[in-house]
Amino acid sequence: MSRPRQRVGDRIFFNITRLAGLLILLALAGVAIFLTTEGLPAFTAPSDALGGAANFATYVAPLVFGTLLAAVLALLIATPLSLGVALVISHYAPRRLATPLGYLVDLLAAVPSVVYGLWGLAFLGVRLSPLYGWLEQHLGWIPLFAGPASTTGRTILTAGIVLAIMVVPIITAITREIFVQTPTLNQEAAFALGATRWEMIRLAVLPYARSGIVSAVMLGLGRALGETMAVAMVLSASGVVSINLISNTNPSTIAANIALKFPDSTGLAVNALVASGLVLFVITFLVNFAARSIVARSERSLA
Amino acid sequence: MSGLMRIQVPVQDTPPPSPPVPVLGRPTGSEPGGEPGGEPGRDSGTGTVRHLSLSQPRLPRWAGWLVAVVSAAAAALVSLTLGWNFVGAAVLAVVLYGVALPVWSRLVENPRAARDRLMTTLVWSAFGLALVPLVSLVYTVLRNGLGVVNGQFLTFSMRNVIGPGGGIYHALIGTLLITLAATLISVPVGLLTSIYLVEYGERSRTARTITFLVDVMTGIPSIVAGLFAYALFVLFFGEGVRMGFGGAVALSLLMIPIVVRSCEEMLKLVPRDLREASYALGVPKWRTIVKVVLPTALPGIITGITLAIARVVGETAPLLIIAGATDSVNSNLFAERMETLPVFIYYSFTQPGVPAEYGQARAWGAALVLIALVMALNLLARAVGRLLSPKTVR
Repeated sequence: MSRPRQRVGDRIFFNITRLAGLLILLALAGVAIFLTTEGLPAFTAPSDALGGAANFATYVAPLVFGTLLAAVLALLIATPLSLGVALVISHYAPRRLATPLGYLVDLLAAVPSVVYGLWGLAFLGVRLSPLYGWLEQHLGWIPLFAGPASTTGRTILTAGIVLAIMVVPIITAITREIFVQTPTLNQEAAFALGATRWEMIRLAVLPYARSGIVSAVMLGLGRALGETMAVAMVLSASGVVSINLISNTNPSTIAANIALKFPDSTGLAVNALVASGLVLFVITFLVNFAARSIVARSERSLA
Repeated sequence: MSGLMRIQVPVQDTPPPSPPVPVLGRPTGSEPGGEPGGEPGRDSGTGTVRHLSLSQPRLPRWAGWLVAVVSAAAAALVSLTLGWNFVGAAVLAVVLYGVALPVWSRLVENPRAARDRLMTTLVWSAFGLALVPLVSLVYTVLRNGLGVVNGQFLTFSMRNVIGPGGGIYHALIGTLLITLAATLISVPVGLLTSIYLVEYGERSRTARTITFLVDVMTGIPSIVAGLFAYALFVLFFGEGVRMGFGGAVALSLLMIPIVVRSCEEMLKLVPRDLREASYALGVPKWRTIVKVVLPTALPGIITGITLAIARVVGETAPLLIIAGATDSVNSNLFAERMETLPVFIYYSFTQPGVPAEYGQARAWGAALVLIALVMALNLLARAVGRLLSPKTVR
C-alpha cells in the first residue's frame, strides 16, 4: 500500500502542530538561556551585592545545603507514608472505597502551596513547638536536636514536615499506578504458596514496583527541592549552615530565599537571585531527568 | 478505626487454600482434652493426618475489634489520668493496638501472621496520618475564614484601607485575568503539541524528545518559571519590570506540560477505527483530526484543561516575582503591578499592618476563597468528564 497523497492542508496542519512542539523545546531552552544571561553578572559581583559573601559560590553554597536538607527531611517522612497510602489504595482498601480514597489524596495535591504555608505557620508550627522543647530536653545530646528549641515552631523540621505533606500525593500517585499493575498471576501465586498478605506484597508487589518507587521518590525530591512558598512562610531563615533541626536559626533554601528577597531587591542583588535560581533549575532538572530516565527504561523493559 | 477492622476479614478469606481445613487444625490448641481425631466425619488414618495438618490456629474474627476497643479504652484512661489531649490519646491508642494485636497473634497463631497484622496496622496508620493534615487544614481554614467572607469582602479592594474593612476584589480580578491569559497561551500550544505527538509523531526522534522533555518540564520549580518570565521581560522593559502578562507567561510554562500530558492521554483513547473510517471516505488527515478525533476526545480534553487551571490558579511564587503586589484594582495585563489571590494571602499574613488581626483575618478569608475556587474547578473537571464521557468510551 502506498502512503496517502499529501495535501496542502495536511502539510500546513502538520507544520503548525510541529511548530507548537518545537515551541516547547524552545521555551525550555529559553529558561536556561535567559536565566544564564540575567544571572551572569552575579558571578563577578562584589561581595556587598551578595549579602556579604566573598563570591557567588560561597553565596549559594549555604542555600544549596538548606535546600537539600529540607528536601531530604521531607522525603524521609514522605516516602514511608506515601508507600503506605499507595498500598492502602491499591491492595488494602475494599474495592469500593479505593476510588474515593484516591480522590481524597488527590485533594492534598490540589491545595495551593501558599495555603500550606499559612497552615504550617499559624497552626502546625505552634502545635509542634512543645514537641521541640521535649526533644531538646531529652534528646539534646544528638546534634540534630541540640536546640535551643524554637518557641514559634518555625524550624527547618516544620518546613520539612510541610514539604512532606505536599510531596506525599506525588509519590502516591505514581507508586499506586505501579502497584495496581502488578501481574495478578504473581500475586495469586504468592497466595497459593500460603503467603500472608504482607508476604505477598513483599514478594510480588514491591520487587515489581522497585524502579517505579525509586523514580517516584526522585520526582518527589524534585518537587521538594523547588517548593517555595510553604518554606518561605514557615521557615525563620538566617542562612546559616547547621544540622540543628529545631532551633530559631535555620539554613534557608534557594527558592525561599528568592521569594523573600526578590520583591525588595535591585541591581546586582537581583542578578544574584536569578543566578541562584539557575542553580536550582539545574539541580531539579538533573533530578527530574534521572527520574524520568528510570521510568522510561522500566517502561521499555516491561513492554 | 473501622477501616482497620474491616480489612481483617479478607485476611482470613483471601488465601486460596482455606476452605474446610481450619476445622482440622483448631482442636490442637483450643480444646484442652480433645483427642486427635475427635471428629466423627474424618476417620481413616487420622493419626497421620494430624501431623500433616495444613492449617494453624487463628485469632477469632472479632479479635481486631476487641483489641481496638481495649486499646482505645486504655489510651483514654491513661490520657485522662495524665491530662493528655486528644492527639496524645489517639497516638497511644494506635500504638497499643499495633503492639497488642501482633503479640496476641504471635502467641496464638505464628510469627508470620503476627508480622502480617503488624504491617496491616502500619500501612493503615500511614494512610490515616497522611489524611490528618488535609482534615486539619480544611478545618483551620474554614474556622478562621468563614467569618470573614461576605459580600463586602468579595467586592472591595484594599485601596486606602487601614485596619478593618477592605476586600479581595482586586486580587480576584488579577487572578482571573492572569489565569485566563495563561490558559489562552497554554491551551493552543499544549493541544497542538499533543496532536503532533499522537497523530504525527509516532516514532520520530523529535516526538520522543518532546515527550521526554515535557515530562522533565513538569518538574520545573514554579519560582524558576517566575524568574524566567522576569529575565525575559527585563530584556524588553528594563530592570524592575512588573506586569500581569509576565505572570501569565510564567504560569503557562507550568501549565503547558500538564495540558500536553492530559490531551495526549485523551487523544490516544480515540479508537483507531474512527480515524480509518474517516480516511476511507477520502477525508484528509487534518480534517479527520479536527472533525472526528478532537470532538470525540473533547470531554477528556476539557477535563484535563480544567485540572491544569486548578493546578496553576494557586501558584504564588512566580506571581510574587513578576506580577508584584498592589492594593488597587488593575485590569490592564500589560502595565503596572497586579495583585493576585495567592500573593494577597502571602502579604496579608506576613505583613498584616499594624493591628495585625485584620490583615491576618483577611488572609484566612482569601485562603478560604482560593481553596473553594480550586475545589470547585476540580469538581467541575470531574463533572465534565463524567457527564460527557459516555460519548468516547464505548
